[in-house]
Amino acid sequence: MQHIRAHVLVCGGTGCKSAGSKDIQLSFAKNLEAYGLQDEVMVVETGCHGFCENGPLVIIYPEGTFYCKVKVEDVKEIVESHLYKGRIVERLLYREPMSLEQVPSYSEIGFYKKQKRLVLENCGAINPEQIEEYIAVGGYEALAKAVTTMSPQEVIDEVKKSGLRGRGGGGFPTGMKWEFAAKSVSDKKYVICNADEGDPGAFMDRSVLEGDPHRVLEGMAICGYAMGADEGYIYVRAEYPLAIKRLRIAIEQAEALGLLGDNIFDSGFSFKLHIKEGAGAFVCGEETALMASIEGKRGMPRPRPPFPAVSGLWGKPTNINNVETFANVAQIIVHGADWYCQFGTERSKGTKVFALTGKINNTGLAEVPMGITMREIIYDIGGGITNGKKFKAVQIGGPSGGCLPENMLDLPVDYDSLIAAGAMMGSGGLVVMDEDTCMVDVAKFFLNFTQSESCGKCTPCREGTKRMLEILTRITEGQGVEGDIELLENLAKNIKETALCGLGQTAPNPVLSTLKYFRHEYEAHIKEKRCPAGVCEKLANYTITDACRGCGLCARNCPVQAISGKIKSKHVIDQAVCIKCGACMAACPFKAIIKG
Amino acid sequence: MSLTERKCSCCGCENPEKVQVDAILARYEGRKGSLIPILQEVQSLYNYLPKDVLEYVAEKTNIPVSEIYGVVTFYSLFHLNPRGRNIVRVCQGTACHVRGGKLILQTLEKELGIKAGHTTDDLRFTLETVACIGACGLAPVMQINDDTHGRLTPDKLPAILQRYE
Repeated sequence: MQHIRAHVLVCGGTGCKSAGSKDIQLSFAKNLEAYGLQDEVMVVETGCHGFCENGPLVIIYPEGTFYCKVKVEDVKEIVESHLYKGRIVERLLYREPMSLEQVPSYSEIGFYKKQKRLVLENCGAINPEQIEEYIAVGGYEALAKAVTTMSPQEVIDEVKKSGLRGRGGGGFPTGMKWEFAAKSVSDKKYVICNADEGDPGAFMDRSVLEGDPHRVLEGMAICGYAMGADEGYIYVRAEYPLAIKRLRIAIEQAEALGLLGDNIFDSGFSFKLHIKEGAGAFVCGEETALMASIEGKRGMPRPRPPFPAVSGLWGKPTNINNVETFANVAQIIVHGADWYCQFGTERSKGTKVFALTGKINNTGLAEVPMGITMREIIYDIGGGITNGKKFKAVQIGGPSGGCLPENMLDLPVDYDSLIAAGAMMGSGGLVVMDEDTCMVDVAKFFLNFTQSESCGKCTPCREGTKRMLEILTRITEGQGVEGDIELLENLAKNIKETALCGLGQTAPNPVLSTLKYFRHEYEAHIKEKRCPAGVCEKLANYTITDACRGCGLCARNCPVQAISGKIKSKHVIDQAVCIKCGACMAACPFKAIIKG
Repeated sequence: MSLTERKCSCCGCENPEKVQVDAILARYEGRKGSLIPILQEVQSLYNYLPKDVLEYVAEKTNIPVSEIYGVVTFYSLFHLNPRGRNIVRVCQGTACHVRGGKLILQTLEKELGIKAGHTTDDLRFTLETVACIGACGLAPVMQINDDTHGRLTPDKLPAILQRYE
């Protein structure tokens, strides 16, 4: 047998791939051959490691050396120095953003230290395109255990006992959902995996599908067994081509080994899976809209009841869970509910994967036990705010969630605390904002999103969000009037109470939470016609400071001739003429023009 | 001229496009809920959904044109007009928004001389916005065809665009 003494793991997630990881992989193969190491060192393309900020990532085992931002030119040095001579290439090691200390190994990095990786345990550790690697780390053991040693009811009881709640946003207890579907009597039932991850700023489902697709398939098959379904659909966004490709490979490989298909493990249980590609509609993340879309119709939600557990896809009992929820199932079955319950809080069990983005040093995916504080996520894992700026707010839960200010940083992150604070878990997007972010602009951004994604079926969402957006637009353009804040609150309350589906009912949340915590910013826009963060173009005032050397570049770049002054003396901007385009500021070589 | 009337330009026999559309329809025959995948495949053939082809699909599948039109206009990935050879999708998601995604869009609009949602006259580029492509770690990002370009700054854009003919 061939003896492999080292493994080179090259990240093949979307982030690292777009940063050039494919070429790096090829270069490793070439260079290893040049040094005659091709038989003792193996190159593996893995799924996402979650630390996208530092991609492309290369990790070398057995040492667990973590190389960041690797370029093709660096590969020769890594092969020669690390793999041939046994010396670590120090300049490519990760540096902690706060202390600038170099960290040689994977497990010591602050970004990973506080994480508890259950769902993501295999992401970045195995080759997602080879089922054998998943099986080697215990894959499909849970399915075998469920179908050969447990009754469907026992599976449901175990999931109920684990306290697992839906990771797609709502947080409904998964075991209960399965039980409802199991109790419906029908000749045909369906399992659907909602992989229509549309929340801007969330990409955990994508990473799980790309990095460990079999885990999702296994969770779905266990669900099918528990509720008595023999067919399932995975509804994936067409915008995720790599996830779709890896799911296709995974399904084929599982079918070839008899882990999907007819009579699995000789138990008499059969389960078939199909992939459905979405066609670009955010509202299809809502379960009834998603089913309409699978049926080939316009993806519009319908009133519930009847719930999908009674009448779902093609009128048959259906259970829908999201990717991350299904990815939790196998471990609950293998290790038992009691083991799973050790993670998390009283009412929110297990872990949650968050996508850390925005003005944060360590952008990426972090999986943490429920109940950890926001401060730990942002500062200990996320490495703090970029460029040493001041933290202003964190937006959690995407367009349905809310913005939390600094004094909420010690809030434990679980389903119920977040709702109480006016945000929600949502799919787990965390967008960090610093002092340069205008909260009215952020609220407008989200409303603009939900407004354009509103399917138009119910009036509160179709018309109400439009009116709210108009008011917000006018506020950011300096046309806000007294009473606008109250009008927004009134509309928001009505839309929340009367919209048909989750999209509409939660659409006002970003506005309500910014009004709650950042009301003064709205007031500054309306009363003082001023944007404190200097973001809203129409409210910005450009002025020339004493740093001006009188070069005249600004005046030449001004499209409306609003700048005057003699050469070699300070210039002035005529505020009445200025259209606030910012061309002067971009042109000034002395940074003498300020916006505020 | 409708799809069935168009003839092959070289030999005058049955139009090869029609043969391909027929093959797609045959593959989905009798499968329920197949309208969206049929439209996706037809669109990948033409790059958009021509009117006469939709009428032909309606006739063959017994789905009213009105219903097909309803589905096509509901989903943002279906297009009723010809599109450019290269599709530029600029992310306007939250992470890209707070890291200057708007400036990237504005610069692209200036570079290409078109607004988002439009196609250049030479059919080289179509510029679109997208709500999130899930590559937030690289914000701001854009996707050209299947390539993702991240950590963008306005000055990097002309060189990237040049790579696409």
